Amino acid sequence: MKQLLNRIKDKIEIEFLKQRDDLYFINVEEKHIIFLLSYLKEQEEFTHLSFLQAVDYNEYNMFQLTYMLYNYETKVNLGIKVIIDREKSEMTSIHKLWPHAWQFQRELHELYGINFPGSPRVNESFVLEGWEEIPPMRRDFDTKKYSEKTFYQRPGRYTKNPKDYMKEKLYKNFVEPPKIRRKDDE
Amino acid sequence: MDKKNIKEIEKEMKLANKGLSEKEKTLFSDARPKTVRPLNKYLEKFLNWARAESLWILGFGTGCGAIELRPLMTARYDMFRYGIAPRPTPRQSCVFVIGGYASMKTIKRIVRSYEQMQGPKFVIALGSCTINGGMYYDSYNTINRIDHYIPVDIYIAGCMPRPESLIAGFDKLKEKIKANECDGMNKYVENFDWYKKNQKRVIKDWNMPDYNW
Ligand code: SF4
Repeated sequence: MKQLLNRIKDKIEIEFLKQRDDLYFINVEEKHIIFLLSYLKEQEEFTHLSFLQAVDYNEYNMFQLTYMLYNYETKVNLGIKVIIDREKSEMTSIHKLWPHAWQFQRELHELYGINFPGSPRVNESFVLEGWEEIPPMRRDFDTKKYSEKTFYQRPGRYTKNPKDYMKEKLYKNFVEPPKIRRKDDE
Repeated sequence: MDKKNIKEIEKEMKLANKGLSEKEKTLFSDARPKTVRPLNKYLEKFLNWARAESLWILGFGTGCGAIELRPLMTARYDMFRYGIAPRPTPRQSCVFVIGGYASMKTIKRIVRSYEQMQGPKFVIALGSCTINGGMYYDSYNTINRIDHYIPVDIYIAGCMPRPESLIAGFDKLKEKIKANECDGMNKYVENFDWYKKNQKRVIKDWNMPDYNW
């Protein structure tokens, strides 16, 4: 793995993180992504794209995409993380490298509003048919408010604090443990 | 009433089928469903007994609760001894088991299947998701109260209910059928416009006929 990283580092700039013996992550810039993915696929035997996933960091105004690759020879998972602009929210499509990526991209297009120009059937709806609001997985979408607005609530729902309720129901004679033992608790 | 008035009323009674294209409109019926009145008392009683003892459920699992239907079919719980059998199509079945949460995409299929079922038809709603949204009450994609979209005869609470409680629910349904209390089909017809309004509020791309015969 170290050699592989060195070989990549010779070519482009990356940041690198080891999570487990078989799980590594690489941070890379957006402009290098196609080069890096095709290099890993063609030369380094990372032939399998497990998933393509997005995270919305709306406080930093960016999306983070994770391409998860798998190597059948060495049994190593390698995640490639890319940061893209949230305003523009557009990314190069990779359906020419892995044909099944169109499905992931269609999903991301619907749930996050990230566009992948050129990807087949990217504008078709995936799970939400006839959606009219902003994409629901964006963090500024208020799902509770939407649910209250669209669906009919059945009255009578209430919440209890699980900690207090458990204590009241199950442990009536519960004695608090001595404070000294719990350092992390105030 | 003069002739013109009757024609106008007839026109109002027809379904608009707005979701269909002009060509498709000729292919589907635009008549409203009609209420079915019971036959004479004793015959109806006999029929209800026969209906209650042979419940054919539609094999359409909509949410995670549908996983409890499998143990029900197999040797341990064996629903066949209660006269319950699964059927593959809505045309052949009379009980619709809503197996848990219904998402926006599923509710469209649920409505379609429910309307295609032949009467008399009964609905069992399984799990707290169908009652009030359950743990998905604030989700953008999960219908909160299923009884605003199709009429429900029996609710089975739990997340998810065990096969035993399902059997108890079926027993209750049998009792209700025998007592002639399961009138969901007529309720649906009587409040047809209200149900349609609710359904169209969540199914935004309505591209099927207003009533799927
Ligand atoms: S009630 Fe629970 S088990 Fe049933 S569909 Fe909802 S979450 Fe799933």
